Amino acid sequence: MANDPIHQFNISKLLQLDVGGYDISFTNSSLFMVATVGVSAAFLIMTTSGRGLIPTRLQSISEMLYEFVAGLLRDSAGSEGMKFFPFVFSLFTFILVANLFGMFPYFFTVTSHIIVTAALAFSVIGLVVIYGFYKNGLGFLKLFVPSGVPGVLVPVVVLIEVISFLSRPISLSVRLFANVLAGHITLKVFAGFVVSLSSLGLGGIIGAALPLAFAVALTGLEFLVAFLQAYVFAILTCMYINDAIHPSH
Amino acid sequence: MDEKDNQPSDSELEQRLDSIKSRLAQADQHREGAPSEQQRAQSRRHQKAGIAQAFRLSSEFIAGVVVGGGIGYAIDAFFNTSPWGLIVFLLLGFAAAILNVLRASGSVAPSSFSLKAADELQAESTRNRAESEKER
Repeated sequence: MANDPIHQFNISKLLQLDVGGYDISFTNSSLFMVATVGVSAAFLIMTTSGRGLIPTRLQSISEMLYEFVAGLLRDSAGSEGMKFFPFVFSLFTFILVANLFGMFPYFFTVTSHIIVTAALAFSVIGLVVIYGFYKNGLGFLKLFVPSGVPGVLVPVVVLIEVISFLSRPISLSVRLFANVLAGHITLKVFAGFVVSLSSLGLGGIIGAALPLAFAVALTGLEFLVAFLQAYVFAILTCMYINDAIHPSH
Repeated sequence: MDEKDNQPSDSELEQRLDSIKSRLAQADQHREGAPSEQQRAQSRRHQKAGIAQAFRLSSEFIAGVVVGGGIGYAIDAFFNTSPWGLIVFLLLGFAAAILNVLRASGSVAPSSFSLKAADELQAESTRNRAESEKER
């Protein structure tokens, strides 16, 4: 099974739990989610506890992280959006740390499961819908009726707008999940080539240099993707929050 | 270099700061031909944003079609109207997907309230400005 590229995504139960007929076992996925939250929280708390005016290296990492997310949110949702900063910051750090955890060999990648990314995406859209109705009342529904559309076309346009809105959580979750999953499978396949080729004697070992080079390059690409996907998720969250705050933009 | 052996005075520090500033400016001018640090950082950010944009456009398109098809399929299963729900909603989903992509690339204005809301917003911003001027 060592060469099975899908094997790394298997979920195994570490602690069997059944409550009211629901299986809520503690799995390796849960373990890595807890580890992600624990590590990111511990890092932020420990590095910022010094509160030096001149930051140490680790403290400046935390500060850069803060400034990066705050800049994203302020740019796309304005200073009014800053009340959602804790939400966006948690999402960004969770996805980033979970993705980076996935880069360790033998670690489980939490974001490679669509149920996890879908839960994150639906929490974003849920927040947008609830806050949008809370802030704008039924006027939020006007989001689906663009101004200046001829009366005959309104039903069609509204349907299209509704589908477009419903596709947001899908595209958010599928993009993150698909990128992480595809990247990890590709990496594993190329690494598997190295192993199976090098067992074929001298010619195989020489031939294995090519997939090895690919695997190294792909590892670099995966680090880029890990950061990029967290970034994309965060910036789209900011834009959707902006829709809920000022639907006129 | 000078008779004070302990802490230098404030004015002296300022002088030193000025001199290092001018020297820095000279150094900057010296390598004018090469792109500045800032420009390079900016182009790097643009590149990153470009990849992010590419990921975004493709998934927006797919999501639109998938959601449209999914709604159509659900309607067919629910009302026994096969295949009409799928046909109609797949087409609508396709339209929504195109709309998503155009919106994501900024070619179409994002969805909006009526003009009234925009007017209100403008009025609010002018009110805010007036208030801040009053405070001053």
